[in-house]
Amino acid sequence: MTDAAIETTALRRSFGDLEAVAGVDLSVARGEIYGFLGPNGAGKSTMVRILCTLITPTSGSAIVAGHDVVTDPTGVRLRIGAALQGTAIDPKLTGRETLLLQGRYYGMSRDAIAARMAEVLTLVDIGDAIDRRVGTYSGGMGRRLDLATSLMHRPEVLFLDEPTTGLDPVSRTRVWEEVRRLNTELGMTIFLTTQYLEEADELADRVGIINEGRIVAEGPPDELKRGIGNDVIVVRVTSHDGAETARAAVAALPGVATVEVRGDSLVVSALDGAATVSPVAVALNGCGVGVVDLMLRTPTLDDVFLELTGAHIQGDDQ
Amino acid sequence: MTAVSAPADAERLAQPAGFIHDLTSVALRALKLIPRDPAGVIPALVVPLFFFVVNVGSLQNVAEGASPGFDFKAFQLPVAIVFAVTGVSRASNLVTDIQDGYFDRLLMTPMSRVALLLGLMVADFTLVIALCIPVVLLGLAVGVDVATGPLGLLLFLLLAGAWGVAFTGFPYAIALKTGSPAAVNSSFILFFPFAFLTTAFLPQEALTGWLSSIADYNPVTYLLAGLRSLLMEGWAASSLLKAGLAIAVVGAVSFTLAFTALRGRVRRG
Repeated sequence: MTDAAIETTALRRSFGDLEAVAGVDLSVARGEIYGFLGPNGAGKSTMVRILCTLITPTSGSAIVAGHDVVTDPTGVRLRIGAALQGTAIDPKLTGRETLLLQGRYYGMSRDAIAARMAEVLTLVDIGDAIDRRVGTYSGGMGRRLDLATSLMHRPEVLFLDEPTTGLDPVSRTRVWEEVRRLNTELGMTIFLTTQYLEEADELADRVGIINEGRIVAEGPPDELKRGIGNDVIVVRVTSHDGAETARAAVAALPGVATVEVRGDSLVVSALDGAATVSPVAVALNGCGVGVVDLMLRTPTLDDVFLELTGAHIQGDDQ
Repeated sequence: MTAVSAPADAERLAQPAGFIHDLTSVALRALKLIPRDPAGVIPALVVPLFFFVVNVGSLQNVAEGASPGFDFKAFQLPVAIVFAVTGVSRASNLVTDIQDGYFDRLLMTPMSRVALLLGLMVADFTLVIALCIPVVLLGLAVGVDVATGPLGLLLFLLLAGAWGVAFTGFPYAIALKTGSPAAVNSSFILFFPFAFLTTAFLPQEALTGWLSSIADYNPVTYLLAGLRSLLMEGWAASSLLKAGLAIAVVGAVSFTLAFTALRGRVRRG
């Protein structure tokens, strides 16, 4: 039995000719929040569905909470909770009925269900709406009930598959707070997939970046970003043509590593951003390109992804 | 990361609850949802009553005039019952669960996979028995006699319920195979040959030609004969055995399809 909460070795899953998960080796420590970051179709959800025993791998092995997903799926199911994409709750039931049934599904006694319901409702604030039918809930409230439902049997490992996709910023922040609280107060291991860079940055102890079914980078978010080395100067100009002109003007400046045009923006990578920003501004002024705004920032996880794959993570917030 | 230890096995609340508990949990949820979706039940309640009233009203004099002593109301009551129970299932709800992800949530629990489907069938059995009661009460109210008495009436309801459940395998198979509400709604087409190419309106000996041949192979013919025997003849072992066999054959076919489709869906994830 492994000490890790999740451990996969050469894990693969194919759908016909498509290899959605292409040999993933992964180890998530107990009590860790692990962010699994990647664009749509990268293989994040397939990984989660394997780890949650919903699909079997084509080859390789996956151990979750000490139990093999293929040879002992029940052992895994007893120890995991999951809130997968969307809100997997019945709109015709009330919140309370939803939690009660979930307790029954896990063989919990009536007393244990009542006690646990009180606990999860303090963790996940739903208020008086708990006695209303779920169909009347807002998106954020539904997602919080979904999370509460996943927690009823006090899982060791919690899988959250894009838990805030489609939520407004306020609801997203509340879900983040709840995830943090679950981890710090209960020591729950959390495996979180997301396409939101900010979410991975905000929550994860470690991030695994997945692309085309393979993990292309792994580590604490700050370490990954530091690994890129360069600062980033983002200049928004008045037009795409202006951005192309600006690229030519900026590319040869000392200290500039790379220059990329993204729509009407110029993304300048520089070893020392603070020292390079003035020459960039002067060069732009000199070539007559209208500048809307100019920003100096440290690298993001998207920059890490870009560096490794040559593409961007296409989240809503990108 | 935190220093607080993760929930250990000793603190674990979850445990396999056993097949009967799983079955009950699934059935309880399904039954709880039935009154919250009356549109799904009202047609199954109204259609058989309507057909019973219309058929008796329009054909009773003709049928009883042609065969003095023949009780056409008792002859028609099992037809209304078949209309009430055939095709009533939670298959549409199952499709909704598949589409909404609730079915995935169930698959991630330690519950028995068989209980996930059989629990719905238990709820169906309860519902079809409930749907039979107003039809039977109407029959009794208009003067249908039950030759086998209260025990026969109980068996009458149980046979009807068993037939209803035996038929549910077809819509469940479609629901699990396709995950499509439109496909499940179309499954009512199966009802027509079963319900009409049989002795619904005339005794078997009065049928001729192709309809007679088809009715010979239609299990509903034997179901109706068994149900009618309880009302009109008394305890007729041969008719009851044939009715039970017809239900068992249809159930074996439909359950095989449904549980094969369940296994396929579980495997596909």
